[in-house]
Amino acid sequence: MNRALIPLMAFIVLVVFLGIGLTKDPRKLPSPFIGKTAPAFTLPLLHELDKKFSPKSMLGKVWILNVWASWCVSCRAEHHVLNSMIKTNKVNLIGLNYKDEVADARRWLGRYGDPYQLSVSDVEGLIGIEWGVYGVPETFVIDKKGIVRLKHTGPVSNKDVMEEIIPLVKKLEME
Amino acid sequence: MKVFMIVFSLLVLLNPSIYAAVEVKTFETPQQELRYKKLIEELRCLVCQNQNLAGSDAGLAQDLRKQVYKMISAGNSDEEILDFMVTRYGDFVLYRPPFKAATFLLWVGPFIIFAIALLVLIRFIRQRKNIVVTTLTNNDKEKLKQLLDEDKEQDK
Repeated sequence: MNRALIPLMAFIVLVVFLGIGLTKDPRKLPSPFIGKTAPAFTLPLLHELDKKFSPKSMLGKVWILNVWASWCVSCRAEHHVLNSMIKTNKVNLIGLNYKDEVADARRWLGRYGDPYQLSVSDVEGLIGIEWGVYGVPETFVIDKKGIVRLKHTGPVSNKDVMEEIIPLVKKLEME
Repeated sequence: MKVFMIVFSLLVLLNPSIYAAVEVKTFETPQQELRYKKLIEELRCLVCQNQNLAGSDAGLAQDLRKQVYKMISAGNSDEEILDFMVTRYGDFVLYRPPFKAATFLLWVGPFIIFAIALLVLIRFIRQRKNIVVTTLTNNDKEKLKQLLDEDKEQDK
């Protein structure tokens, strides 16, 4: 082989690796929660602040936790996806209203529709830290034993719902 | 000019953004404060790609600083605080990722590349040396000796 070609080959290898790097989203992080028990919490319901919700009450059910906020622009983009998801599928969707004002959050659900069975209000964002939330929206799928099986960071698309979330929920319900 | 300076400094002082960066955190001991400063230097702000908690004004960074402060005040050790962050956010939250199978190349890669470069360099130098030695004929050596001798005489 021509020796002069070696630097060229090395350059091409470098370009290919850097090219692969460009197609990856640096914001997507592997969640350390997959396969682990979902963090516990007790928070007031957004619509009835004197009532509390805790993930313990969902044991035996497969459920989805969606972290949202009225100040979060991409949540708005995601919201119609969630609205249509609950219309066509039977899923337990719980909302975690993250670092939001109660009044703003209620108004937001009033305007864009409320797909959640219930939403809990995490005004301080402390439960967000417990769940390792770093970008809103985030979506978790939790199985019957209370173990996190999937985490999706960023808005879910119809494609994510059809190809990832719903098939996983159906599979987990058979377990 | 004087009036301008006064107006300018008043405007600067009245601007809330210069106060926004200051977070008052009071510690019981100076050691605690040192530990706090070190920890927020070592923890990554997850939403801003390449900033640590100390350097970021993002909402999440503020919350995590608060968390570090709370844990230090509660008497948690540095390891406990780092563990707390890693179990929630993964290794990415650490600026110095731990040495394990998944991060092996990250740590050792530069040394491997350096070793390869060193080997290539050594081979290159050896090859050049060979070329010089073989092309020096007896005739050349004689000439070289003459030149050196001339040099010595001139030096005297």
